[in-house]
Amino acid sequence: MRKLEIKNLFVEVDNKVVIKGLDLVINRGEIHVMMGPNGSGKSTLANALMGHPKYKITKGNIIIDGIDMTKKKSDSRAKAGLFLSMQNPPEVTGVSLNNFVRTSVESIKDEKINPVKFYRTLSDKLETMGINKDFLKRHVNVGFSGGEKKQMEIVQLLILNPNYVILDEIDSGLDVDALKKVSEGINNFFNKDKAILMITHYSRILDYIKPNFVHIMKNGKITKSGNEKMVKIIEKQGYSNK
Amino acid sequence: MSKQIKINRKLFDKANKDSSKYIAKPGLTRELVIEISKQKKEPKWMLDKRLEAYQLYIKAPMPNWGPDLSKLNLDEIVYFVRPDTEEKTTWEEVPEEIKKTFDRLGIPEAEKKSLAGVGAQYDSDIVYHNLQTNLKKQGVIFENMDVAVQKYPELVKKHFMTNCVPITDHKFASLHAAVWSGGTFIYIPKGIKVELPLQAYFRMNAEAGGQFEHTMIIVDEGADVAYIEGCSAPRYSKNSLHAGCVEIFVGKNAKMKYFSIENWSKNTYNLNTKRALVEKNATMEWVSGNLGSGVTMLYPCSILRGEGAKSDNLGIAYSGEGQDQDIGAKTIHVAPNTSSITKSRSISAYGGRSTFRGLVKISKNAKNSKAIVICDGLLMDEKSSCNTIPSMDIYNNEVEAAHEARVGKIGDEEIFYLMSKGISEERAIQLIVAGFIEPIVKVLPFEYALELNRLIEMEMEGSII
Repeated sequence: MRKLEIKNLFVEVDNKVVIKGLDLVINRGEIHVMMGPNGSGKSTLANALMGHPKYKITKGNIIIDGIDMTKKKSDSRAKAGLFLSMQNPPEVTGVSLNNFVRTSVESIKDEKINPVKFYRTLSDKLETMGINKDFLKRHVNVGFSGGEKKQMEIVQLLILNPNYVILDEIDSGLDVDALKKVSEGINNFFNKDKAILMITHYSRILDYIKPNFVHIMKNGKITKSGNEKMVKIIEKQGYSNK
Repeated sequence: MSKQIKINRKLFDKANKDSSKYIAKPGLTRELVIEISKQKKEPKWMLDKRLEAYQLYIKAPMPNWGPDLSKLNLDEIVYFVRPDTEEKTTWEEVPEEIKKTFDRLGIPEAEKKSLAGVGAQYDSDIVYHNLQTNLKKQGVIFENMDVAVQKYPELVKKHFMTNCVPITDHKFASLHAAVWSGGTFIYIPKGIKVELPLQAYFRMNAEAGGQFEHTMIIVDEGADVAYIEGCSAPRYSKNSLHAGCVEIFVGKNAKMKYFSIENWSKNTYNLNTKRALVEKNATMEWVSGNLGSGVTMLYPCSILRGEGAKSDNLGIAYSGEGQDQDIGAKTIHVAPNTSSITKSRSISAYGGRSTFRGLVKISKNAKNSKAIVICDGLLMDEKSSCNTIPSMDIYNNEVEAAHEARVGKIGDEEIFYLMSKGISEERAIQLIVAGFIEPIVKVLPFEYALELNRLIEMEMEGSII
């Protein structure tokens, strides 16, 4: 029961079928990597799993810990333990990062949190990520660099402590130092009770994070699955023959 | 995105038992104008002014621009209602029924915490007035406008609807002059800085009532004061009318901050006139929040007539189902080196309509003046609308003038992002809306920032279907 199951999933975006019958099971304690050419449907999968209203599930099921979440809204999925770090987290003007993350934690835990204590916890987490705590007063993602946005997602990951994590190109826009910090954060977070689905174009993050499974996605389906060694083959040959 | 949100206005819409000692018949006659003046035992000059204004009112046409006023039946309005009480200076003495209303709205608590003085008007009469003793000693006057006519005749006669808002200004200014009642008179002597804000609260309780309070604030040279006004009315089946008038005189080097949160019920026509005359090196700041009313027409105006005078005009409007908020700002630069900033943020939801109407006029001799106008609109759904009608009339070349207007739809991507982190859709929308108005809310005194945020949340609370 402790797993994320995707069964025969079909997803439409703007009346176009993008995911065409995808099956995947991610157990707790596993890290899966999803690779594939541009336009293969990787980000669509991530958004559909999280319940973005623009991505319509026309067939199939998403099951979290044995409970069918296919028709649930995003906030319910988050409460069921799902987390998405978007490829481009949007800017939310006028909402401070501190207020946003606290509201998020309060919603998920369904309890009021002492704002002073929380501010301290959040500042500490920021520090471990190497981010100045002045960021907490800034508006969510407004004026952040690509890398800062991604680091902030990891901070949220560490604070919210979800069970099923989708990381959509968490490695894009990061310099070497930031990549190291982000990877460290993910490794510290991961344990036998957590499951991660990592969507990426590049293998460089895999120098820091060791996946149990690697999948290749093409044209809305998983065309090949294997272990870590597959990454080296893709690096040499590309996706064309897979 | 199209959402249905249950609107909860119970707090403000609930009427109190009507216990009035005098209620005029609906409609306006010359006799009623005379009766109002008689009941107030006014000097002849005021009666003459009322009668002159009454004649102007009858002749003046309805405005032929802006929102639809065709459903406003001026013959159905009750122009004068006196609650069955005299003005009180301690809260305990205020009659229970009236006290209950203001208690519910949090007025006495606010006074204890953060105010230098409070006035409260119920229908046509002020029922409560209080000013801190130390301010009284310094010569600060904070008085019921009716009383001021008797006590400070020269000051009032000189300023009352003469240079600032003349009785000829427009139809509803004439009407106001004919039937005005209650309101606030404030005088801040030279060089006195009042640390805490003064506040007045206006409540219209009678059915089909009209409220026509007059606010006059004279800030003498080098003085500094902040004033906060809050307004509400219960909801009845018949339309109500609010046609207040605010006249502000900001003396040389003086500073005035005027905060106003108007939250009349949805069947109120809020046709209000607010204007300030700003002298040399003086500063006028308007901060307005408009939430209630079916129709609002309100354009706070600063006339920068002294060299180096400044005006800041900040406004927030929320327009929900069936509402037409036609708001804006006017700034008239008639002296050199004057500067003004106008910022407006309006939210339209559930078919509401909001219009920003801005006018900046820079005269020939207002050399080296600056004017900036920025208006932003946020649309919550497809049914609602948001318009901006800015205009700039500039009659000399040595000016800096800039105008920006933006209308955006609430972002689906932002809502999804917040929801993906466990925040409910309703809360996500509230956060985004609060974020949108934040630049204006943050300049409000703390308690009022909270109140305004709470009011907007109330407007938007309820279940999303």
